[in-house]
Amino acid sequence: MTNALLHNARLIDPEAGTETLGWLRIEDGRIAETGEGPRSGGTDCGGLCLAPGIVDLGVKVGEPGERHKESFRSAGMAAAAGGVTTMVTRPDTATPIDTPEVLEFVTRRAEAEAVVNVRPMAALTRARAGREMTEIGFLLDAGAVAFSDGDHVTTDTKVLSRCMTYARSLGALIIAHPQEPGLSDGAAVTSGKFAALRGLPSVPVMAERIGLERDLALVEMTGARYHADQITTATALPALERAKDAGLDVTAGVSIHHLTLNELDVGPYRTFFKIKPPLRSEDDRQAMVAALRDGLIDVLCSMHTPQDEESKRLPFEAAASGAVGLETLLPAALRLYHNAEMDLPGLFRALALNPAKRLGLEAGRLSPGAPADLVLFDPDVPFVLDRFTLRSKAKNTPFDGARMQGRVDRTWVGGETVYTRECA
Amino acid sequence: MTYTRPHLLGIEDLSQAEITTLLDRADTHAEAERGSRDHGAPLKGLTQINMFFEASTRTQASFEIAGKRLGADVMNMAVSASSIRKGETLIDTALTLNAMHPDLLVVRHPHSGAVRLLADKVNCAVLNAGDGRHEHPTQALLDALTIRRAKGRLHRLTIAICGDIAHSRVARSNIFLLGKMENRVRLVGPPTLMPSGAADWGVEVYGDMAEGLKGADVVMMLRLQKERMDGAFIPSEREYFHRFGLNAEKLGHAKPDAIVMHPGPMNRGVEIDGTIADDINRSVIQEQVEMGVAVRMAAMEILAENLRARREAGE
Repeated sequence: MTNALLHNARLIDPEAGTETLGWLRIEDGRIAETGEGPRSGGTDCGGLCLAPGIVDLGVKVGEPGERHKESFRSAGMAAAAGGVTTMVTRPDTATPIDTPEVLEFVTRRAEAEAVVNVRPMAALTRARAGREMTEIGFLLDAGAVAFSDGDHVTTDTKVLSRCMTYARSLGALIIAHPQEPGLSDGAAVTSGKFAALRGLPSVPVMAERIGLERDLALVEMTGARYHADQITTATALPALERAKDAGLDVTAGVSIHHLTLNELDVGPYRTFFKIKPPLRSEDDRQAMVAALRDGLIDVLCSMHTPQDEESKRLPFEAAASGAVGLETLLPAALRLYHNAEMDLPGLFRALALNPAKRLGLEAGRLSPGAPADLVLFDPDVPFVLDRFTLRSKAKNTPFDGARMQGRVDRTWVGGETVYTRECA
Repeated sequence: MTYTRPHLLGIEDLSQAEITTLLDRADTHAEAERGSRDHGAPLKGLTQINMFFEASTRTQASFEIAGKRLGADVMNMAVSASSIRKGETLIDTALTLNAMHPDLLVVRHPHSGAVRLLADKVNCAVLNAGDGRHEHPTQALLDALTIRRAKGRLHRLTIAICGDIAHSRVARSNIFLLGKMENRVRLVGPPTLMPSGAADWGVEVYGDMAEGLKGADVVMMLRLQKERMDGAFIPSEREYFHRFGLNAEKLGHAKPDAIVMHPGPMNRGVEIDGTIADDINRSVIQEQVEMGVAVRMAAMEILAENLRARREAGE
């Protein structure tokens, strides 16, 4: 069904910043037109919210190498159920995605298995080792939408500056993890009273600012297109603001976990709350919410990182970092809406429009001509999350047992229904 | 009987009454040790396993002697040498041991929180013999008992804890315990060995021994690990001893009857002058070792009582 009419829907338009009761017509897999008010025929959406599907920037899928943690099939199902219509996948797989050949394998697997769109990132340096740049040109031709070494920081500034200079000549986007590795090495939590009481190795918040300041200085020198994967501390925000004011081509993201949880949630060494960078103080959390609302931080993502039970059932210091998030991104983000911290168009600007724009994708909009990648959801339905109901192969969510609000009713990719709650 | 917990994992969650219960019981064992040596074999028929994932001589010996004097069957497992090398996880090790039905499990582990993780998976009583930089509850209890016997009370005292606070589980457990018992706790040491956020712990932080020791009733020195002396945390051993090592001159700032403590093993000439350590009028270091056995007896005896009560209740 690539032609359809959806009516009696609350249209969430992040571009116009509006919320209107109206209708939307799909033709040949694209949005043909939208309008206000009632319209007969087609599908009655029952007054639920209809928004552009989420473009989740930074999803880890375990292919190649760790398919037992997450496959394109399982990740795709989780994404569809969570209203994510485009997964922008990370190259920090067991075998890093650092050659056109590996990228082609990933693309082929994704096309065959995933029910949602997959746009792969490629590594910036070979083996993500920070020494030699990858074949950025070939990788762009093969479909890479951005270049990133994941959470590996390129410590050699000469290598990074050359990568930036070369990437700029091709218009390629670099996504980096701003962090000073000398300070963050071995850290499990953020420095402060909580870390000291628990006796855990910690990283000061300043490490993020140092990393960001360095990267931004190199961006100023090279003119590269740059996106900071996660900005999570208030101390890093002024540098970001200065860079944007100076007209540098810079954007930043934040994970939903840093907006809805803080360091105290770790409690008695709960390893599902161990993420990278580690959870921050409540003051930092609130500063990040404000920065996202004000548009200083552009992109809200899940940083979906599947880990199996074995790598989490360890002492906190030894346990793996990361949390799954494809299915919980929207209900967790709706906490900001229910707390009156963000409105729905603002949320979808960060969840869909901004990441799509940054990567040059047509998705993320409700305007005519955009692909009919859509999510229909009820923002109010309450539920208690049971991690074993997640579609991801890995169940490492920090929201297990959490009370949440917001349920996806239906998801479309290119006008095709890829998820409905009735069939779930 | 106010200590009804199944385990002794740390001081942080304990109440004043629970701490007092443990100390009172330890006092009776300390007296018995000095007198009749008759403890009545309350652990007879119980199996105690000492599982040390980190090398230890003193603490392990102390737990072993405490168990044997109370009649337990004691077994030592040097875990670092066996299963860890074979890649077994902590939880698997715990489950394997649990299947052998031990009654008391004494655990030391290099990672903070690891002993608690293990305690969740077994159905015997677990005693934390030190987890990472987190807690070392029996050390804090033996320090408290030593102070109480020397000073006649365990409240309204000024206690200076000196040295490597950041990496010390002994310091953390002592800060919790001495704070709960309403003492004035001071931390003294170089800023590189002070944990971030220490000032928020309800303690006073000093960077100078003369100020930090002024008017103190108790001076508690901490061991400086060899690996911290290489220039990364302090410039050198001799500069550290000059600025933070306890000698007669620095001790002169404390009260005239102040006692000197050290959890051992000591680095003479690094954090403490040998003559101070050996001064029987000031140093209670040997008594700390003695109280260590009494405290561990008390803790294991109370946990064994709780274990038997739970088993009789059919839990």
